[in-house]
Amino acid sequence: MTECKDPMVDLELARAHGLTDGEYALILEILGRTPTYPELGIFSVMWSEHCSYKSSKVHLKTLPTTGKVVLQGPGENAGAIDIGEGLAAVFKIESHNHPSFISPVQGAATGVGGILRDIFTMGARPTASLDSIRFGPLEDPKHRYLLHGVVEGIGGYGNPVGVATVGGETQFHECYRGNILVNAFNLGIVDADRIFRAKAVGIGNPVIYAGSKTGRDGIHGASLLASAEFDEKTDEKLPTVQVGDPFTEKCLIEACLELMATDFIVGIQDMGAAGLTSSSFEMASSAGTGIEMDLDRIPTRAADLTPYEMLLSESQERMLMVAKAGCEAEVCKIFERWGLDAVVVGRVTDTGRMVIRSRDEIVVDIPVDPVADNSPELKRPYARPAEQDQRQTLTLESVAPEQDLQGALEALLDSPNLGSKEWVYRQYDQRVQGNTVLAPGGDAALIRIKHTDGTPTSHGLAMAVDCNPRWCFLDPYTGTLAAVAEAARNVACTGARPLAVTNCLNFGNPEKPDVMWQLVESIRGLGDACKAFDTPVISGNVSLYNETAGRAIYPTPTVVMVGRLDDWGQHAVSYFPSADLSIVLLGATREELAGSEWLALRRGIEAGMPPVVDLAHERRLQDLLCEGIAKGTIRAAHDVSDGGLAVALTEMCFTAPDGRSVGASVRLAATLRVDALLFGESTGRVLVATTNPEAVLRAANACSVPAQTIGKTGGERLRIESADTEVWIDASVKHLKKIWERAIPRRLSDGGAHEGGA
Amino acid sequence: MIAVIQFPGSNDDRDMLFAMKTILGAEASLIWHQETVLPAKTEIVLLPGGFSYGDYLRCGAMARFSPVMGAVQRFADAGGFVLGTCNGFQVLCESGLLPGILLRNRKLHFLCQNTAVRVERSDTIFTSRTKPGEVLWIPIKHGEGAYYADTKQMQRLEDNGQILLRYCDAEGSVTEDANPNGSLHNIAGIVNERGNVFGLMPHPEHAVEEGIGGTDGLKILGSLLDAALARRKA
Repeated sequence: MTECKDPMVDLELARAHGLTDGEYALILEILGRTPTYPELGIFSVMWSEHCSYKSSKVHLKTLPTTGKVVLQGPGENAGAIDIGEGLAAVFKIESHNHPSFISPVQGAATGVGGILRDIFTMGARPTASLDSIRFGPLEDPKHRYLLHGVVEGIGGYGNPVGVATVGGETQFHECYRGNILVNAFNLGIVDADRIFRAKAVGIGNPVIYAGSKTGRDGIHGASLLASAEFDEKTDEKLPTVQVGDPFTEKCLIEACLELMATDFIVGIQDMGAAGLTSSSFEMASSAGTGIEMDLDRIPTRAADLTPYEMLLSESQERMLMVAKAGCEAEVCKIFERWGLDAVVVGRVTDTGRMVIRSRDEIVVDIPVDPVADNSPELKRPYARPAEQDQRQTLTLESVAPEQDLQGALEALLDSPNLGSKEWVYRQYDQRVQGNTVLAPGGDAALIRIKHTDGTPTSHGLAMAVDCNPRWCFLDPYTGTLAAVAEAARNVACTGARPLAVTNCLNFGNPEKPDVMWQLVESIRGLGDACKAFDTPVISGNVSLYNETAGRAIYPTPTVVMVGRLDDWGQHAVSYFPSADLSIVLLGATREELAGSEWLALRRGIEAGMPPVVDLAHERRLQDLLCEGIAKGTIRAAHDVSDGGLAVALTEMCFTAPDGRSVGASVRLAATLRVDALLFGESTGRVLVATTNPEAVLRAANACSVPAQTIGKTGGERLRIESADTEVWIDASVKHLKKIWERAIPRRLSDGGAHEGGA
Repeated sequence: MIAVIQFPGSNDDRDMLFAMKTILGAEASLIWHQETVLPAKTEIVLLPGGFSYGDYLRCGAMARFSPVMGAVQRFADAGGFVLGTCNGFQVLCESGLLPGILLRNRKLHFLCQNTAVRVERSDTIFTSRTKPGEVLWIPIKHGEGAYYADTKQMQRLEDNGQILLRYCDAEGSVTEDANPNGSLHNIAGIVNERGNVFGLMPHPEHAVEEGIGGTDGLKILGSLLDAALARRKA
């Protein structure tokens, strides 16, 4: 190939790069000249929505991000909290929505790879992953293909790198037909005094490139793919999707952790979105320094890469680090042992400028700060959608009461949203690293914490990811409160105390005032709930432009809560562990059917105000659970959420990991319409199983949490009846379990009947 | 002294070390795949699970060419105790230390689940802490775990009593329904004719603590440790 000439840079080319006219004018002002082609590329990715958070920044500033457990808040690769014993938990959730829609296997795989790098870049060993994935209806063959691909991608990357996937959520809704969601979370453990940061400090220090060679993949992934909505030409964006190599990532993890146990490096950053460009700019910007780099030294896997391509490539499994001068050889030796490239590509300067050479020519020379930290911040207009009033209107009297209560329960268990997700998580390694106490399938995952040298501690960490997009659509503020409350409740159901939050805000096109309103309301809810729970937001990610042909997804702020348990052995389970336990319902049931799974599934209605969220009550409930579980009075606790009380009771009968089931007999006072009692989704409720109901009721009473004993475990049937013994539901647990187990497999093309019935 | 071999891409190496050192109190270290000799005092070699060299070719096909595998081969030939789990089992098959091969699971998916396996013989160095017919609960996690060998070889395995573990149901019945991956004869683990090399797909190192996968894995790892101690005394 002969030398190809860079195109002429002008306003038109800037627009093709997704820059606005105003932004281009600002570039001219900053540089005092026309940018070179590589410089234009740099500005376009660094100022893209994906990298700059320009639409959300001003609102994200309102979130609570500090607290006594916070060691690192937003702004680094991930947040970190103190978990005692000199250890820190480093965690974050991130989206890879658009790449996964275009190329499900690679998109999901590189989503996992990217979040893992965010964690080990901080010096932490990635320990536990969660995945929150959302698709269109499974009746659509495309979405069966997407589900297969995404799950294969997550497992195909997460399993070989040796990180346990311990939980997650899988949902299906019409609104994701044109834009699926793939949010990946990881948590790692590090010695609290060994957290690394992305800083290019020490004038004259060498800048080292390590990991995979640079290729042409993923160019403009961040700007053109992640920061624009989809249309009918979406498939043309395939070349912007990156390709992952988990083996290289695994070696990179081990090499980096080995390196970080030494004192050879002072700063490190992974090359994620916008690759070499964002990593170098962010490192220089946060240290207030500059960097000089020589592109001729970058290891490449394609011939004749132009400077533009090298700077914008999103080839995976690459790191940039700043070593102490004189330690270069030692650093490179570690990478060589793991079969990875490591080369010195530049050095830190005091100029505050990024100067990049290629073939003895300066191709980039721009001030660091305006590109990175001082990127444009927008105050986009927002307005409550005109349809919002109508969305929130529901006259319950006009909704026909459920005539077939058992039929409704069976239909709910058979819906892919409520049915078993085992088909998904059995494809993930849930065990590696040997810490998994509560595996996928319960309210929250629970892992035991080990020291970085492998010595076990008595402490555990619980984590759960939650969001009810239907509620967020009906009312983004309440829906987001509910997402935080549910994640916290799920964590508390294991006995762990909620500590801190990470989140991924998946929304439509922020240039539309009604979408922007949803985002603003959601962030307000996130902030209010996290303040009330004293659980700061320590990291997060915003994914906008999730829409196709003008139709936005429902607002989907996925919230991950992480909590700590002093004694991991003293945890509760989410199922009935034995017969002859009393079942106590904590929390109040109101006549709230709006936004429920029942209303959507059985009546085809998605309207009304979602259930009320009482944050003060939620907090009391969390305390009550943590104390009851620590004392051993509460042996099982399960959050009442999607599908209401009837579904929660059913799940407790048959979700023991050893496959055993336990029946239950329950009597409820009919103070409201029966379908609301059984299937309504009032928040702030938890079912507990106990040998000592008096103690639970006493403790609940002492902290003003409504509580009532509603039944006993035992037998092989689930029986729910009214106070005057009218039988509402009476079914064999085995029968109900079969329906629930088949919900997803029966809708998949392979019938899901794989691997026998072990 | 126990040598846990570490290939690039090994995942359960540190878990194996944890099981042996922290739980069972044995002396154990990681041995890098580039080593050409094993430490002089090596009594047991463990080949851990994972994805050696990424398993981009056949599973275990690259690892057999690692420098350390020559040493492992010599160690086994001299009667040393060798145990390989999952990817380690695949490496043992690829390098000819065990017969047969592990194919993709019958419905092609990776599978992570707790499985029941029936102990066929307890008179071996790998199962002395068990009773014949005992059901152990040990997790599997693999995409390629369907054991396959030709008819003649299968007959030899049966005749020689080389099959130590078979997938079974909770009651210990070896049924087709209890076979998670399509292994011939429900094979979960086999030993070589000499009885000193054992390969199994389930992960005993993930069942060594009450509350984290149970303790059935200790029966296998503990048996092996007993054998090494007995040999040391002899």
